[in-house]
Amino acid sequence: MNATVPHAPQNLSRLQIEADQRRRARMLENQRQSKLVRELVTPEGAVIHLKLSTASERAGAFLIDVAIQWAIVIATAIGLSYAIRAMGSGSANIAFAVWLVFFFFLRNFYYIFFELGPKSATPGKRALGIRVAARDGGRLTANSVLARNFIREIEVGLPFQFLMMGGTGVSGWIALLGLVWSGIFLLFPIFNKDKMRVGDLIAGTWVIRAPKAKLMGDISSSAASQALPGRFAFTPEQADAYGIHELHVLEDVLRNSTEEVKSQVALRIRTKIGWQTQPGETDIAFLEAYYAALRRRLEQRMLLGDRKADKYDTR
Amino acid sequence: MSDLLKSYRFREERETDWRKLDLILTRAENNGVKALSDEDMMALPRLYRQAVSSLSVARSISLDQNVIAYLEGLCTRAYFFVYGTRASIGERIMDFLRRDWPACVSAALGPTLLATLFLFGGGALAFFLCVQDMDWFWTFHGNNFWDGRNPDATVEYLRSTIYHDPMSTEDGQLTSFASYLFNNNAQIALFAFALGFAFGIPTAWLLIYNGVHLGSMYAVFWSKGLGYEFTGWLMIHGTTELFAIILAGAAGFLIGGAVAFPGRMTRLASARHAGQKAATIAMGCVIMLIVAAILEGFGRQMINSDVTRYTIAIGMMFLWLAYFYLPRRDEAKP
Repeated sequence: MNATVPHAPQNLSRLQIEADQRRRARMLENQRQSKLVRELVTPEGAVIHLKLSTASERAGAFLIDVAIQWAIVIATAIGLSYAIRAMGSGSANIAFAVWLVFFFFLRNFYYIFFELGPKSATPGKRALGIRVAARDGGRLTANSVLARNFIREIEVGLPFQFLMMGGTGVSGWIALLGLVWSGIFLLFPIFNKDKMRVGDLIAGTWVIRAPKAKLMGDISSSAASQALPGRFAFTPEQADAYGIHELHVLEDVLRNSTEEVKSQVALRIRTKIGWQTQPGETDIAFLEAYYAALRRRLEQRMLLGDRKADKYDTR
Repeated sequence: MSDLLKSYRFREERETDWRKLDLILTRAENNGVKALSDEDMMALPRLYRQAVSSLSVARSISLDQNVIAYLEGLCTRAYFFVYGTRASIGERIMDFLRRDWPACVSAALGPTLLATLFLFGGGALAFFLCVQDMDWFWTFHGNNFWDGRNPDATVEYLRSTIYHDPMSTEDGQLTSFASYLFNNNAQIALFAFALGFAFGIPTAWLLIYNGVHLGSMYAVFWSKGLGYEFTGWLMIHGTTELFAIILAGAAGFLIGGAVAFPGRMTRLASARHAGQKAATIAMGCVIMLIVAAILEGFGRQMINSDVTRYTIAIGMMFLWLAYFYLPRRDEAKP
């Protein structure tokens, strides 16, 4: 990792130190991210990279689901109370009975219903782009979905009940003991490398990210169609100034950034590669052309087994 | 043409097929498999294989991160669709009722017997303690037992709790009480299953606790000479309900045993193996408790004859036993 830092100690400027620090931070972040990637080999022998969902994403999805459940509970309670008013007081008990049973099913089968569906995800999970999958890459069976959701009772239901108990009667020590015990379950996903909760462990499942990426246009093709032939002729040295990381940053800039950022980036690249701005040359055209040239160069090198990771990667 | 990148030409040639696959998958995810035409179903395997191989190639020749992210997402979705289950919810429910549930219950005979032992052991213990010395009742129930069915009650009062006056107007109240009981019992059954994870110890405690409650109540009625009548009142739904609680306990023990004694498997694999079976049993318990609640809420209120109550109780018992344990034709396993 640090074999590619060629600077001699005497001419380390402050800027270079900062750049090195940034690079190290970036590499650490990459390493951390790659710990969440699991390889799935399909029966065709191809490798698919599954990215595990983080504990915070799952907590977020859970909160959304709980909010939806409560919204349903409150809405039906209000609806039933109107129904009782309309039908007279005699029906109150029956309405309450119906509501209790409904509450039980909502509490326990909300997750099961959605996770058995074709998307294998509750609305909360869908909102965050995650889904449930079998850990062995096989089918997500109904049994697994049942198991992982019934276990939720001791992970979430139990701490809640112990909290309620703390207020009434039962000795504080027992409530505290219960809270600690169920806290272990609640925090379980943070402390294992697959980010499984106990339910996942029992059911043989895990939760992965399933983002729906959109296929966008290829920047290099729009560069090729717009530019006049021969206008942007970069020398091999100029095309070698950056690596894959910078190419990807440039792709992000071109796809997502404002005009202002683009012109700043264009300025920095021109300075770095010593490019003379020609009359009538726009920043966008320059960036797209340079992107195409850089990608062509890097892809050629990659075909020969030479991945230039970033601009410091000089071999 | 020579000005175009190789990776771009690669993409250009295959893009239509990727988008076609994307479209099919989106349709299937939103509207189910039935929304797909025969044509789509025929095209799917080819498109899937092509996308997967595109992904492998793209990883080694293309540096367009949008293309790679798109293909990763597409292939993941396609993989889970092609190799996932495509049974509809209805088919899954039928499979569960026809095969999975009875098979899991009959395979867990050992834990079931163990759970029976704990429940009725606790019940018998409490019963004999209470019959010898009624003070035990207060030990088990505390002083805040709310409905007056305690050793101080009169025979007439106890009898009135067993038989229901068809003219009375508290039908609604009893219905809501039955649904409250179902709610409670079903939640306890799920707890008994889930707590099995801790080597089954909390499950055993839960079973004994319920047994003790039952046994001490029984002792109260027994000591007033209402044993036969109380049995009828209890068992009309009790054969179903107690069976369900025993099975929930068995599910807990199944997991507990698998975690404690994984045998030749890893602890994780063993827990997973047992967990899926146990969850099936627990799901079944919820169904049994619904049946029990219906029997309790309606049957018990409307039927006041002891003989009919016993007939229903024993009938239900045999029904469940036959459903779970009668050997059935071995269907070809998938």
